[in-house]
Amino acid sequence: MNNPGLYHMLFVSTALFFIGVYGFFTRRNLITMLMSIELILNSVCLNFIAFNKYAWPGKMDGLFFTLFIIAAAAAEAALAIAIIINLYRSHNTIDVNAAEEMKY
Amino acid sequence: MSEQSYILLIPLMPFLAFLLLGIPGKGAFSRTAGYIAGFAMLISAAISIYTAIGYFSDWGKLNGVYQQLNPVHYTWLQFTPDLSIDMGVLLDPVSVMMLVVISFISLMVHIYSISYMKGEERYNIYFSFLSLFSFSMLALVMSANIFQMYIFWELVGVSSFLLIGYYYQKPSAVAASKKAFIVTRFADLGLLIGILIVGFQAGTFDFRVLIEHLGNPGHEILTLRQNDFSPISWGMLLIFIGGAGKSAMLPLHIWLPDAMEGPTPVSALIHAATMVVAGVFLVARLFPVYYFSAWQVLPIISWVGVLSALFAAIIACTQTDIKRVLAYSTMSQIGFMMFALGVSGFGTEGLGFTASQFHLFTHAFFKALLFLCAGLVIHHVHSNEMRDMGGLKKSMPITHICFLIACLAIAGIPPFAGFFSKEEILMAAYERSKPVYWIALFTSALTAFYMFRLYFRIFWNANPHHESHHKEGPAGQLFTLIVLAAGAVVLGFIPFGNYVSTDGKPLSTGLHLVFSVAPVLLGLAGILTAFWFYKKQSDRADRFASGAGSLYQWAFHKFYIDEVWLFITRKIIMKGIGTSAAWVDKNIVDGAVNLSGNSTVRFSEKIKKIQSGKVQLYGLVYLVSVVLVVLIIIYFINRN
Repeated sequence: MNNPGLYHMLFVSTALFFIGVYGFFTRRNLITMLMSIELILNSVCLNFIAFNKYAWPGKMDGLFFTLFIIAAAAAEAALAIAIIINLYRSHNTIDVNAAEEMKY
Repeated sequence: MSEQSYILLIPLMPFLAFLLLGIPGKGAFSRTAGYIAGFAMLISAAISIYTAIGYFSDWGKLNGVYQQLNPVHYTWLQFTPDLSIDMGVLLDPVSVMMLVVISFISLMVHIYSISYMKGEERYNIYFSFLSLFSFSMLALVMSANIFQMYIFWELVGVSSFLLIGYYYQKPSAVAASKKAFIVTRFADLGLLIGILIVGFQAGTFDFRVLIEHLGNPGHEILTLRQNDFSPISWGMLLIFIGGAGKSAMLPLHIWLPDAMEGPTPVSALIHAATMVVAGVFLVARLFPVYYFSAWQVLPIISWVGVLSALFAAIIACTQTDIKRVLAYSTMSQIGFMMFALGVSGFGTEGLGFTASQFHLFTHAFFKALLFLCAGLVIHHVHSNEMRDMGGLKKSMPITHICFLIACLAIAGIPPFAGFFSKEEILMAAYERSKPVYWIALFTSALTAFYMFRLYFRIFWNANPHHESHHKEGPAGQLFTLIVLAAGAVVLGFIPFGNYVSTDGKPLSTGLHLVFSVAPVLLGLAGILTAFWFYKKQSDRADRFASGAGSLYQWAFHKFYIDEVWLFITRKIIMKGIGTSAAWVDKNIVDGAVNLSGNSTVRFSEKIKKIQSGKVQLYGLVYLVSVVLVVLIIIYFINRN
């Protein structure tokens, strides 16, 4: 247990993923939900890095995917925050349950 | 394409006139429409006559036999290598003769209409419809394919519908046009089914191949000659029903008298000279097939024809509207043509065929002439009714002479055209079927009587309360009368058997003077009776009519055939079948549709709560479903 190996990496990434999922479904605050999504994305990134390092050392594909995901996550955060601001302007809250007009 | 491709111009000219005059809509060409359409018809007629001269004297003959030529051919719908619907031109003596008749009479009617219809609001529409009719009729007679013919058959029906309903502000004209269309469509259903049956049995729709297969005693299909009705016989019978509807044969004639609601020149062209003989043309076109493959149908044709002739002649004696009298007379004469085909033999015995076509040819001229004269008379006295007329021979001398010539021609008095053709028909009937002959002889006497009844009541029989206050008619109209009257005088001398016969070989149709004595004497007797009844105003005719009692009443009410049809359509079809069909539609068909709609609504009411608007719930459902799908995939992968 001196050097962290692939299993450690996968353990961390799985933990991150489920923490994110848990946060996404239980939190009512949109900002917190956004942070949970970031956690899910990061767990995926971690997976890519780990498999790249241990399964195909010397290749760069996993690293590039990770960079792409980071870029996409940045864009997504900008978009999500814009949506949250708009929701706040119209409803004076960022509670997700306040935005439920689109129903039957 | 061959050197005779110019024939396509014959129907094309009126078609172009139709497009030119019809597309701009009401009010365009308000002065020139008649001249444009007339000019197109003039070209058409000139080419037709040129074609006829060429065909009959030069390129139509091969070893003294007239050929069926197919100068233009184009494969249109190919179903199988053997079966296709083609478009083409078929020239044989009958179609060339029809081309001349149609284009010439149409030209005369166009010239007549130029002044007759002057001042009408829809002047150009009238001429465009007339051109449409001429186009369809010319194309009908030159069709090489029975399906192609069916297309034009319907087109003439449509143009007839449009022209009968030309005065669409008059409810009676609208009713008449609908009646004509529905009755002929009803008959055309028979025609269509017949075409399909015969086409299926013969494996072709092409006239030439059809006649080669089914109209040829040596062909293999005919080796199985049965004496009972074969499928081909049924098909040919249905085709005859279509022809009978168009040609106003009993009991499908009810539309023809009502069709007189259209303008008089239209009645002359469509309902006397050309369209109504399309049924005769159809039977004549397929005559070899009838004779060799469906000979059981021929007696039906002859009996329907001769009974229609007799029946219409009896009704014509009692009608008082002059156009209706002429309509029944047309029906009667078409009956003559029809039964002549029915009693005809083939080859050297094909006198009936030749006589029928000859009568079609001469009848077109004198019947068009009668209608055009009637148009002038109607304009003169502003009425269709006989009782408003009388004593017109002084004020309308040219019309009087022309009408007299036409009456003599239709009555079969020598040397006018109708004499020759009618003698041939009677001769053919005498040789092949005696009962038909006696009925036809009686009918021809009646013909003379009712035509001269009309003549004396219009032009003699002085009617004091009618003063002539205007001229006889424009020069253009009188010109057409004189041309047609000249035709009614001289056309009988054409040796028609040399040109038109069942097998293309010349047929000698000598006149038998002894044989002609009886019909001519009977015709003269009819004329004298009419003279005695109607020369002066008297109550002789009325006394005779009341003496005839119920027979007169029945004839006056057209033997209640219209009422019978009304009973069938209103009571049986509409009440009986229609009401029950409506019940099925309302309760069963609509019920099934409503049931599926209502159950969908109820089901969706139940499940709509799922759409809660809560984003996290949606996400959870999504996650769970993805997990389930993944599990299922994994399960199936591991199972193999």
